[in-house]
Amino acid sequence: MNGLTGAYVRGGSPLHRLPAGAKLAGLAASCTALVLLRSPASLAGAAAVVAALYAISGVGAAAAWAQIRPVRWFVVSLFLLQLLLADAAGAVSSSLRVVLAVALAGLVTLTTRTADLMACLERCLAPAALVGLDPFRLALLLSLTLRSVPVVAGLVTRVREAQLARGVERSPRAFAVPLVVSALRHADALGEALAARGLDD
Amino acid sequence: MTDEGKASTGSEEEAAVPAGRRFPAGDLARVAVFAALIAVLGLPGTLNVFGDAVPITLQTLGVMLTGAILGTWRGALAVAVLLVLVAAGLPLLAGGRGGLGVFTGPSAGFLIGWLPGAAVTGWIVERGGRAPGTVRLLVACLLGGVGVVYLLGVPVQAAVTGLSLGKTALLSAAFLPGDVAKAILTSVVARGTQRAYPDAVPAVHRERLRAGGR
Repeated sequence: MNGLTGAYVRGGSPLHRLPAGAKLAGLAASCTALVLLRSPASLAGAAAVVAALYAISGVGAAAAWAQIRPVRWFVVSLFLLQLLLADAAGAVSSSLRVVLAVALAGLVTLTTRTADLMACLERCLAPAALVGLDPFRLALLLSLTLRSVPVVAGLVTRVREAQLARGVERSPRAFAVPLVVSALRHADALGEALAARGLDD
Repeated sequence: MTDEGKASTGSEEEAAVPAGRRFPAGDLARVAVFAALIAVLGLPGTLNVFGDAVPITLQTLGVMLTGAILGTWRGALAVAVLLVLVAAGLPLLAGGRGGLGVFTGPSAGFLIGWLPGAAVTGWIVERGGRAPGTVRLLVACLLGGVGVVYLLGVPVQAAVTGLSLGKTALLSAAFLPGDVAKAILTSVVARGTQRAYPDAVPAVHRERLRAGGR
């Protein structure tokens, strides 16, 4: 994992300047449209639109490929399976649909700063206030989680070392139980510290 | 764990319920750390159950554990927090995946299924009272962590790929043995954790919060 920086590519294209909420809404609408498109011709048209959007954004081919790369084997196996079970047209359109949906979502990720997206998602989570979560706590929860990732990763290293010292490196139980217990201890100490600083008042 | 300090904070008597009462700092910290735990269990090389040959990630193990230890609502909230961070573009899923692509890809339903999956796991464990046994934990993990997740995952994958529901179910069945093995491992780990740290049982934790006057 190359840090917690996300995949944002700096740029000044119209896509970069669009507000995060508009991009998310557009993504939701176009993914719904993709599921409804059935003929290979209409999907080819959609592919041209997606390619044009990537060209406008100017993120570069390497960044685009990095977004699609995770589904490449899935798409290959889907294509072959469809070729066997159905026909070539069906195989092309179903694999194209998967690639396009992932590419569109990747485009939003590439052209939107993590902070902007997070702010937008926080606004979307505002209804959580109805069940007793205020926006400040929600924001704290998100940043506390980010901060906890390296802490828990550090716990993993320590438990691993203890496991080696005990000579039980093959046992998943000797790994997971101490890890979860130490994570809980850390969480409860963290909670005490937050309460002591007046978070619950 | 002393709660005397909190009992005397005073603002609890107000007519409006303070935010801290419904969602105290201790729960906030637990939710955050468990969301991070799910993310860390997806990092490559964290734990190879069957050696390097079978790349089975333990992220779903984290989801089931979160439900079993935090309970229904906090468990689901921890998963929601993780998914929000993933949607925001952070590479927190197994294999460094992240971004909105995972929510439009073929396995989106399985990811969304984690939410009710953790909740159902937690609900069944909570019904077990102060000392849920291994069998209950196993049933909870199988129904919540495997059953509910597949129930959402398979139809969404069928919709995204355009394959029929039956064929998609057949394809997904290839992952079933691994997921069942993870459910078994989770129940053993959850039982061990709850023995070593009784506060890891949702019912015990709730009682402690009540006794603490929060």
